[in-house]
Amino acid sequence: MTLNALKTVLFSALFFTVSLVGFASNKVDKNPQDSEFNPQEMILHHVKDAHSFHLWEWHEKPVAIALPIILWTQNGLTTFMSSKFDDDDSGKIIVEANGGKFVKLHEKIYQLNANATALTFNAENHPTNALNPIDISITRNVFMMWVSVIVLLSIFIISARSYRKSENNLPKGIASFIEPLVVFVRDEIGIPMIGTHKYQKYMPYLLTIFFFIWINNIFGLIPILNGANLSGNIAFTMTLALFTFIITAFSGNKNYWKHIFWMPGVPVPMKLFLAPIEIIGMFVKPISLMIRLFANITAGHIIVLALMSLIFVFKSIAVAPVSIAFSLFIAVIEIIVTAIQAYIFTVLSALYFGMATEEEHH
Amino acid sequence: MDLGSIAALGAGLAAIGAGLGIGRIGGSAMEAMARQPEMHGKIQSSALILAAFVEAVALFAVVVSFLK
Repeated sequence: MTLNALKTVLFSALFFTVSLVGFASNKVDKNPQDSEFNPQEMILHHVKDAHSFHLWEWHEKPVAIALPIILWTQNGLTTFMSSKFDDDDSGKIIVEANGGKFVKLHEKIYQLNANATALTFNAENHPTNALNPIDISITRNVFMMWVSVIVLLSIFIISARSYRKSENNLPKGIASFIEPLVVFVRDEIGIPMIGTHKYQKYMPYLLTIFFFIWINNIFGLIPILNGANLSGNIAFTMTLALFTFIITAFSGNKNYWKHIFWMPGVPVPMKLFLAPIEIIGMFVKPISLMIRLFANITAGHIIVLALMSLIFVFKSIAVAPVSIAFSLFIAVIEIIVTAIQAYIFTVLSALYFGMATEEEHH
Repeated sequence: MDLGSIAALGAGLAAIGAGLGIGRIGGSAMEAMARQPEMHGKIQSSALILAAFVEAVALFAVVVSFLK
């Protein structure tokens, strides 16, 4: 009885959150400056990384979390808060810090020359009177990554403690939610893909990427954090794919390298023909991991936002129910996709580790 | 026809290809599960992995059409 009530509450909360996706993006869509609504610009603004964490608009004023901007210029390290730009992204507001003048245009920070007052561009779209300082700011993606790390750490430390406390080694509290997931990664991913003898060495990595990708995918769906599109950032997925590539390369045994450079069991001309293909394949695997996660998550965000912007493109309230219903449908699919993409990334990583450590058996 | 509409056309063609591929995988997986319900779990997970491979090709096309 109580379980059913809990389920009802959880599902209502879930659907309420989902329906808010539209709610949240609606508010940010409105751009009072330009009368012509440009869906492409709005969508890219949501999907790309930014220097401040824009939450919503309140009385025509944006409510945003200011994040530190850290730049490496000729004068050394320069830091200031992103609130100094006052949510300007058109290069109009000039911030003076550490003897330099900085402007922000399309989420890129330029350092103006001493006598310049506005950015000018040449035909190749390079600024003629400004420099590109090295930007190592805490952007909203970095901020969200830290948030997800803190959330994951607290979940897992709490569940690990609960095992120590319980006298019969049974999971308690949040651990009883986490244990089936960990067992799932072990029994459905680790053991079948890598093998019973070697899987243990790879379990920490597999569990880490599974939960890390999953929680970041989920954060991308929370409407109030619209734009927390960390797993839809190609640099983030590239880093994860690079880890998989390095681990695969370093755990590759003799058998694995022989199959790449000198394929056994085929005639010599074929061996020479296969070697370059296998070498390319070695790099294509992590690249496909990178693009799959990036494109899946970004495409999900773009579809939801595109359906929402239909209302503003047609400028009619009659479109609203249709586009909200469709984006609700897509958002529910996206909830499944968050888990599936984390699963796929982990399974394929485990598959590559399994291929690298497979012993000769013929 | 400008470059943007060609990119959109390419993305659409890629979606057709991926749709055919995933449809075949899904259909065969359903058939196999109906024949051998005891293999349900294994068939489902390998169908998901195969779908991911097919989908990756379509997503490559989407990324290329983003780059234009």
